[in-house]
Formats: sequence, structure tokens, C-alpha cells
Amino acid sequence: MSAKTLGPVRRKFAPWDDPSSKPLIEIRQVTKNFGSFTAVDDVSLNIYEREFFALLGPSGCGKTTLMRMLAGFEEPSAGQIIIGGQDMAGIPPHKRPVNMMFQSYALFPHMNVEKNIAFGLEMDKLPKGEIAARVQEMLKLVKLEQFAHRKPHQLSGGQRQRVALARAIAKRPKVLLLDEPLGALDKKLREETQFELLDLQMQLGMTFVIVTHDQDEAMTMADRIAVMDKGQFVQISPPAELYEHPQTKYVADFIGDINLLEGRVTKNERGRITLDSDVTGGVIDVHADSSAGAGDKAWFALRPEKAAISLLPPNDPQTNCAHGTVWDIGYVGDISVYHVRLDQGGSMRASIANTSRVVERPITWEDKVYLTWTPDSGVVLTK
Amino acid sequence: MKRLSAFNVVSLTLGFSFLYLPIVLLILYSFNAGRSVAVWGGWSTKWYGSVFENDQLLDAAWVTLQVGVLSASVATVLGTLAALALARYGRFRGRTLFSAMVYAPLVMPEVITGLSLLLLFVAVNLDRGFWTIVLSHITFTMCFVAVVVQSRLASFDRSVEEAAMDLGCTPFVTFFRITLPIILPAVISGWMLAFTLSLDDLVIASFTTGPGATTLPMKIYSDVRLGVKPEINAVCSLMVGVVTIAVVIASIMTKRQEVERERAERAALAGR
Amino acid sequence: MFARGNQRWIVTAIPYAWMLVFFLVPFLIVLKISFSSTEIAQPPYSPTFDLINDVWVDTLEKLQALQFDNYKRLFTDSIYVESYLSSLWIAGTSTLMMLFLAYPIAYGMARAPKSIRPTLVMMVILPFWTSFLIRIYAWISILSEEGLLNSLLVSLGIIDEPMQILSTNTAVYIGILYSYLPFMVLPLYSALEKMDDSLIEAAKDLGCTQFQAFWRVTFPLSIPGVIAGCFLVFIPAVGEFVIPDLLGGSETLMIGKTMWEEFFNNRDWPAASAVAVALLIVLMIPIVIFQSNEARQQEMR
Repeated sequence: MSAKTLGPVRRKFAPWDDPSSKPLIEIRQVTKNFGSFTAVDDVSLNIYEREFFALLGPSGCGKTTLMRMLAGFEEPSAGQIIIGGQDMAGIPPHKRPVNMMFQSYALFPHMNVEKNIAFGLEMDKLPKGEIAARVQEMLKLVKLEQFAHRKPHQLSGGQRQRVALARAIAKRPKVLLLDEPLGALDKKLREETQFELLDLQMQLGMTFVIVTHDQDEAMTMADRIAVMDKGQFVQISPPAELYEHPQTKYVADFIGDINLLEGRVTKNERGRITLDSDVTGGVIDVHADSSAGAGDKAWFALRPEKAAISLLPPNDPQTNCAHGTVWDIGYVGDISVYHVRLDQGGSMRASIANTSRVVERPITWEDKVYLTWTPDSGVVLTK
Repeated sequence: MKRLSAFNVVSLTLGFSFLYLPIVLLILYSFNAGRSVAVWGGWSTKWYGSVFENDQLLDAAWVTLQVGVLSASVATVLGTLAALALARYGRFRGRTLFSAMVYAPLVMPEVITGLSLLLLFVAVNLDRGFWTIVLSHITFTMCFVAVVVQSRLASFDRSVEEAAMDLGCTPFVTFFRITLPIILPAVISGWMLAFTLSLDDLVIASFTTGPGATTLPMKIYSDVRLGVKPEINAVCSLMVGVVTIAVVIASIMTKRQEVERERAERAALAGR
Repeated sequence: MFARGNQRWIVTAIPYAWMLVFFLVPFLIVLKISFSSTEIAQPPYSPTFDLINDVWVDTLEKLQALQFDNYKRLFTDSIYVESYLSSLWIAGTSTLMMLFLAYPIAYGMARAPKSIRPTLVMMVILPFWTSFLIRIYAWISILSEEGLLNSLLVSLGIIDEPMQILSTNTAVYIGILYSYLPFMVLPLYSALEKMDDSLIEAAKDLGCTQFQAFWRVTFPLSIPGVIAGCFLVFIPAVGEFVIPDLLGGSETLMIGKTMWEEFFNNRDWPAASAVAVALLIVLMIPIVIFQSNEARQQEMR
């Protein structure tokens, strides 16, 4: 794969599926306690070279603590961290082959942009000429050439973010850790920067580990995402898999919007599962893999955009269909979300793309509607 | 922007007149040709002349200055170390006692501090004089330095230090290249505070001094006890003048820095 | 940072050792001498209790022989009891008066346009940088019998004869109010200044008059500043020496002055030590309350 010729297009990059590839970072059964509080609870994870890996979770889930253990600011209470084949136990931050971009950027306020970027190189005692060349290269990379002599407080938020990035990659670390790198930017700038970061990572061929609480950010940039909750990994998957095949209700709910319909499994044969649901008052027929056996309680998870809404009944209103009343319509611009109160008492959401420029919609408040979906549009979850 | 109400204007005017009138009168009467403190006898600068002929006063001023510079410098080093220990090292054994010892002198009556230090010097048979005053001043002013520096350390982003270490800096080098430059303004104002407190101190110096070491406040105090003299007005006016000029220059400098900083920040935001 | 190991140890150990030697040990010596008896010698006390040599040798016997005389005197000699009570009284009333004097000033500063607030703060602090002694001295020439205040009042015809103000407790009150004003104004100002203007507007919007808005919103929110200011004035005022000595008269009894006289005039070191220990015990309560109040404020931030 050549990033230069292909541009930021990712082709089949999945070393985690290849048993022969060697991980760059190995996290082995790491636990971190602060007093009686367990911030990270017995987690294991491999991260591969050139991977863009995201740790995603709500605040307090342990993602930042895990990253700080990679950087060396915290020592694991138990377990092992191996980077590039070397055990990191007892190795202080200044001797680790990783660099970090801090959430607050942590720019040195008394040094100008150039000095900030050169700092790490000076610590490595590189020759002066090489430092100067490398700083110029970095300034060009982040497009800050004309700001080289400004102090951090003379820069805008976006510029500071780029200085922090340049400073962290100047030493060409094996791994770059990014702690909420875009958290302080406004929405528009954040979206632009996401793609810049992606480009940069491909260009440099570096491994990026990013901590974020923003699912869009993680979905846009990462090769794989680890969803964390209460100090543990809930699921580690590529973004599309995370969205289309969540393994738990927590992940399904955390990533995007979802309808969870409770039911009882009546049949599970070679990827064809049938549920009886009190919520829809009928049968749900699903083409999906699940460990659920006949008689188990399970949830059918359906994304709102995969449900169709109609005033007319389908051919078979007993299968993959729910009937109810439009309660509320959320107009978001590109889509409209219909909140439907089902006859059986539950509720569901369906979102419809607004493809034509019509203000009056055919379906409106208080309408009786049918929600339908195909057998391969959702998954069955047991926990 | 809101205008001040009449009530606020009146209270500010009265308040500041109360604060400044006595000092203004003191300075005014230092130029009084007559000996009286109440009767104006015309303008004169003769009292300033006699200050500079008064060897005792000049000696005392010189001693005070030396004590001030020496003790403020040592106190700044010790106070900064204490602040680092308190702000950065979390819990360590004996921390409670340590922080109590650092904070207690701030509220301790000077008479007690003075007495206890004197008794220490007597107990270890140390000759009292210049050096015992210096030691005492270091002890009580380092606490003020520690408080000033600690509040600066508390308000600064720890991740800046972590970033330096992440980039390959040892903890020791991090202190000198990152932490110290950032907290330097607080360290300097700590020094100034320690210096002024030392210049000011009458009680502790009176307890801990010995023969031959008289500071300016001690000299002024003993003269005042004998009655008000225009010469003392002149000395006091000089001291007020020096301090005022120093403080005004310092604050104009910080103000200018702030203005420049704000302007740069605005420019940066506009040109993003 | 000196994150690990030796450097960290040294950073803590140096100031720690200094404070132990120059703060804690002197204190223990004061305690020890307060239990000694007076001698007309140099040093003018005879220790009943040699801390270094025979602490462990028949300690009990020594303890029984301890001279509690100095402490007994504190309670039996009326000058001490009166000094303590009068110190507390003077410090307490002047703290209250200060609150009424300082609140309008701090309030006015906090309401002032943002651009001039730093200047106002500097103007409050500036006198604090000039010598305490000088500021007290300035009042002597104002308050004395032939001083400016009396001449002014006489020439205006308000009084016929000059009044005795200097060398009375009134002068002491004026001195305390004047010297400690910044200590009260600044905490009040910082409490009032960070208050959001929209709170007052909200209160008025909900039907409060100007005064009600002040009394039910502004004042309660400034209470941390009130507490801090009161302690910052009260604690040092109790142990004040220079003000009662220079502005007060023979009738002015304050404990700092009594201790000074005991020490320098009567050369009774054990008595002075006992007075110091007792003063500290008296001050301990407000100091502890103040510290825990500050700690709470810090945590809330």
C-alpha cells in the first residue's frame, strides 16, 4: 500500500486478523487502582504498526488513565505494557519511544513555536543543523511557517493544536498518543482537522492512539475502536463493524441511535433467528449470527434509518412490522426522525432522508403508521 | 459599561481618603520649615538635608537594606522549595506538620515569633546581632514566599511539565527549563514581598538583635518614643517614595505585558 | 519536576529542616522556659527542666517540680487577665467596625468598571507595602493634642479645647482600622468581584428591590470573604504590639504590649514566655477555624 499514490484511501488494512503479524503495543492484563477505585480493570489489547487506534468512552471510563500508562505518567498496578518488544515497567516518560499530544496542548508558554517544536530534539542532543532542518520540516507539515516566532498565547486555538501536534511528532516516535486532540476546537474546524490528521498519519506511517469521547471523531479516523466502560473494553472492532454489528446493548446504544426491541427467541437455525416480541405484537425474523438459543430473552437492535415508515400496511403485518401513532417529528435538515408510539405501549424511531425539497411531509403528527424492516437490517443481542 | 452609583462613588472616595490622607499629610509636613507638626511654617527641605547628615539613621538604613536583601534572597529559595514540596509531592510522611509550620507564621503574632527565636539563640549561645536578625527574617518571610509561589504552582497546568518529560526531559532539567521560567514572576514577587516585610519589621528585629545592629524601624521607633520630629517625617517620606516608585514601576510593567499579550491574542483570533 | 528519588527528598528536607530548627524548636524552648523560675542573671531564668540531659531521668519527679507559678500568676495577677480580655475586646470590636467600613469600599470596587478595577486594587495594596511603623507614626502627628485633627476641630469651632485622642483606646481603634483595612477589603472584593452580575439582575427580575437583592443574594454569596477578612483582621490584632504601644496610653492593656513590657522592662523571661504560650492558646481556636475554612474554600474551587 502506498499512501502517496493512493491518497487517504484505506485499502484492506487488517493486521489484527492476521495471526502472523507482530503487535507494536501489547497491553497484557493491565489494571490500575487509585486507592479503592479501579480506573482500568484487567484489560488486554494489541495495537499494530501504522494503525490508527481509538479509545472511545464516556468520561471516567478509564481511557485517559490507560493512555497515561502508555506514556509513563502512571504505572500499572498489575499487568504488563510492551512497546516495540520492550517491557515498559519502570521506564520513566522521558525514556519511552512514545510521544503525547496533550488535551490542553501543554505548550511551553515561555517559548515560541520554533522552540516548542525543537524542545524534544534538543533533549535528544541532535546536532543543531539537524534540529533546524527538522523544525522547518515540521512547520511546513502543519502549515505554520510564518508563525515560527510567535509565542503560544499569540496563536489561535487551531494553530496551537497544530504546534502541539508538530512538537509531538518532531521526534518521530514509534507511537503518537493523542488525548482528545480536537476537543478544544469548534465543530467546523474539528471536522477539517480530522481529515488532516488522517492524511498526516498515512504520510508519516506512524501509529496513532487517540483518546476521545466523541464517537464521530473515532468513527471517522480510526482503523479500530475500543469502546470502554467502567475500566473495561466492551468491544474492539473497526468502525463499520461496531456500527452494524454491535455485540452488546451498551455499544449499540453508545454508537449512534438505535431501537432495542425486547423479545423471546423461538428459533435459531444457521443464521436465521425468529423472535416473538410483545413490543411489536408479532414475529421478528432476522438473518444474523447470535448465540441465543430457543427460549432465551433477547433484543432486536435496529438502526432508525433501516426502518421504513408507511401509511399503508405491508403484505404481512405479523412479521417485521410494528403499528403505532406518530408522536413527534424531529426535523434535522438532512433527515427527519419520526417518534412512533406503538399500539402495544412501546415506542420506536424511524429516520427518513429528506431527498426532495418539500416542506410538507406526507406523514404528520397523529397519523397511524406501519414501521417495517427487512430480515438483514438488524442484529440480535443477548446482553 | 455601567456607571458607578453615587453611593459607590462616595464610599470609594471616603475609603481612599482614609487610606491616603495620613500619608499625604506626613509627606506634606516633612517639607514644613517649622518644628511643629500642626502649624505650617512655610516650605523647606532642610529636614531632608539633616537626614543625610545623621550618621545613625544612615547606618541603620544600610543595615536594614543588607538584612533585607540577604534574608529575602535566602527566603525565596527556601520558600520556593517549600512551595514545590507542598504543591507537587502530594502526600508524604510529615506533610501535615510541614504545612502547619509553613502556614502558622503567617498568623503568628510577631511578639511570639520574636521571643521564641531569641530564646533559641540564647539557648544555643549564638552571638546576637546582624546575623540573628537575618536568620529570623528568613524564617518568617519564607512562609510568605511559599504561599505566593504555591498559589502560582497550583494554577498552572501540570501537563506542561508532563509534556517536557514526554519529550525526553529529565525531571531535574524540566524544573529549570520549564517550571522555573513559568513561575518566575511569582518567585520575583515573593522576593519583593519578603524584602518589604524585612524592611518593615520592628518587633522581631527588636527581640533578636544584639549590640551594634540597629535597623531603621528600630531607630525610628526609639526616636518616635521620644516625640515627633520633622526629621523622622523626612525619613518616612523617603521610604514611602522609594516603595511607591518601585511598586508603580512593577505594576506598569506587568500592565504593559498584559496589554501586549491581549493585543496579540486578539490579533491571533482575528487572523485565524 | 523532581518527580522521583533523591531530588524530591532534598526539595522537601531543606525547608522542612529549617522550619523544624527555627520554628518548632524555638517554640518548645518557649514552652520549657515558661515553666522556669526567674533569676537575676544572664540568661535571666533557671531551667527547672533540662530538656537535653535528663528528660528520661526521673521525668516524673521533675514534672512534679515544674514551676506552674508563671501560669498561676496569669490568673491571679489581674493585669494579665485584663490584658487578655481587653485584647480580645479591642480586636473583636475593631473587626466588626472594620467590616462596616470595608464592605462599602469593596462593594464599590467590585461595581467599578472592569478597566479601573486593577488600579483600585493596587491603590488598596500600595499603603500595605509602605512600612507599618510609618503609617502608625503618621497618625501620631494627626491625633496628638497639638496635632492636625485637634487644630482643625478647634479652628472650625466644633470644640473649644483640644481633646485627648492620642494615648487613648480611641487612637488604638483608629490605628487598627487604618492598618488592617486592606486585609478586610481584599477578601471581600475578591468574593464580590467574581459574582456574576446576572445574579442581581435575576433577583430584580424576580421582584427584589435593590436592597433586597443585595441582602438576599449579594451578601450571602460574599460570606466566605467576610469570614476570611474577619479572621485576617482579628488574629493579628489580638497580638498587636506597635499600635497599642505608640497610639495607646497607660490605660491601654493589650497582651502583646504586656508581653513586651514583661520582657524588655521587667526582664522577666519566664513570665513573658508564659504570656506567649497563653496567647497562642487563645489564638489557636480562631486560627484552626480559619485554616479549615480556607481548606474548604480551596477544595470547593
